[in-house]
Amino acid sequence: MEKLYNSPALDDRSKYLRSLIVRGLAGGNRGHVGSSMSPVEVLRVLYDDILHHDPEQPAMKDRDRCILSKGHGCLALYALLADKGYFPMEELDRFCHRDGILGGHPEYGKVPGVEASTGALGHGLSIGVGMALAARMDDRTNRVFVIMGDGEINEGSVWEAAMSAGKHKLDNLTAIIDYNKIQSAGMTRDIQNLEPLADKWASFGFGVTEMDGHNVETIRSTLSRVPLVSRKPTAIISHSVKGKGIPFAEGDPKWHHHSKFDPETLQEMRRALGVVDA
Amino acid sequence: MHWGWSMRKTCIDMIHVLAKRDPRVVFIGSDLSPGLLGDMKAEMPSRHYMEGVAEMNVVGIAAGMALDGYMPYVNTIATFLTRRCYEQVALDVCLHHLPVRLVANGGGVVYAPLGPTHLAVEDFAIMCALPNMTVVAVSDHEEMKRFMDQSLHWPDPIYIRLGKGGDPVISDPDKPFAIGKGIMVREDLSPRVLIVSTGVMSARCLEAAGLLAARGCGADVLHMHTVKPLDRELLIERSARVEAVISVEEHTVIGGLGSAVIDCLVGASLPRLPKMKKLGLPDMFMTNYGVQDDLLEIHGLQPPSIAQSVLDFL
Repeated sequence: MEKLYNSPALDDRSKYLRSLIVRGLAGGNRGHVGSSMSPVEVLRVLYDDILHHDPEQPAMKDRDRCILSKGHGCLALYALLADKGYFPMEELDRFCHRDGILGGHPEYGKVPGVEASTGALGHGLSIGVGMALAARMDDRTNRVFVIMGDGEINEGSVWEAAMSAGKHKLDNLTAIIDYNKIQSAGMTRDIQNLEPLADKWASFGFGVTEMDGHNVETIRSTLSRVPLVSRKPTAIISHSVKGKGIPFAEGDPKWHHHSKFDPETLQEMRRALGVVDA
Repeated sequence: MHWGWSMRKTCIDMIHVLAKRDPRVVFIGSDLSPGLLGDMKAEMPSRHYMEGVAEMNVVGIAAGMALDGYMPYVNTIATFLTRRCYEQVALDVCLHHLPVRLVANGGGVVYAPLGPTHLAVEDFAIMCALPNMTVVAVSDHEEMKRFMDQSLHWPDPIYIRLGKGGDPVISDPDKPFAIGKGIMVREDLSPRVLIVSTGVMSARCLEAAGLLAARGCGADVLHMHTVKPLDRELLIERSARVEAVISVEEHTVIGGLGSAVIDCLVGASLPRLPKMKKLGLPDMFMTNYGVQDDLLEIHGLQPPSIAQSVLDFL
């Protein structure tokens, strides 16, 4: 069911990562504001605490794979990858520039650390299933994490992939649904109601749990427990707030994507995050 | 020329042969015949997948495996492998530039009795439109074997159109096969026309060329087993020697081999452009059933009609 959590206030690191998103928004003068702000804590915990990864060796064979299937939320991923040193921070200033490496959707082969080119929705989970099977064939112990949007899982391909993951009992695969309850056209419950969402994933053969998508401690403890059930893939429903951290954007479908910012709006975002200039 | 074994069975069997040779090779089917590649499944169960009627997922899984170093051979019916999962083919496979092989059963009008839902008559067009994609339609099972051997070493994604099976063998083991290189399967002493064809149509074009010769019209036949990348060099060289170039394909006249041939020649800055014509299926959904040969006959793609079309055009 749709849940509301009383999340703790964002700490400095969460604010800092969001300020990097604002830096990208300013650099490109456009971007998916709400969609990038909602998965920040999930990505933060993954890259800070969970994933086995090395920015110096982005192609390391036994790295954990993290696919941002909701590619439009890429600024959150870029913030983490820049923070970790996968590419220079200055690339954020060239977001969507003609000769930049950071486009409005992440591209494999162009952005170090990006595991798959996403943007067309509903592709990441099948790719993740393929990677999880490849790891199994190779006898590697690495894991695969796929972050999907709630609107994204309207796509039938997601459920084809879910059937496969369940069939193969891929306990090295974790699907995380960034459930911010808002898709482009409005509230998910009005556009294409996903409920009962946890039951859906469970019926496809996943071990399922739900969590506060902005509570770092909860996320850390949840992700530390995957696979939740032995010989089952894991689905984590991450209840989040679209636009989290930017008060005037929170929960407002109009802030799904925005372009042509006036400078004062960007400053207002920075002030909300406690930084004057990121 | 002799009647051949099944091109499809040869291709599928070769996947097992290649898998023994190269640990990157895996097989992924959708919902195919019971026991398909059963020997492979028994011998290497972790590299044989049957994933159900879910083409989007099948292609996405193949891309995921290929991103981790595997070379998946994906097999299902041509129309479902091209139309249903086009975005996965375009983005997951081609954008990532992965060595996924799409093995397409029943390209063209092989599934004539099953009607237009099962025909793949625009597969060349939509596959050729994708950057990085290679498109191959061999003539017979022996050429299929030569092609499959080479597929292990080709870095790009490949769309492989399979014929019905039992097609006459016209390929010559003494003529080297190379992906991207056309083969002259008939060379006349004084050709008036160059017929360019692909797949199982090349046998019909050879027969048509024989009919033309009997009527005093010399015809060369260029078998373009690789529709993309097109062998521009050979096409241009051979086109310069003739009055007319005629393409023949089991495909809509829009966007297939014929379009590629004309695009090439028009852009080639030839001192003299030959007359050009495309023979293929009309821009319509097929309205008849019957068998493959029936539809080819109805649409003027059997040897006598091909020969007559050539004569009418000259």
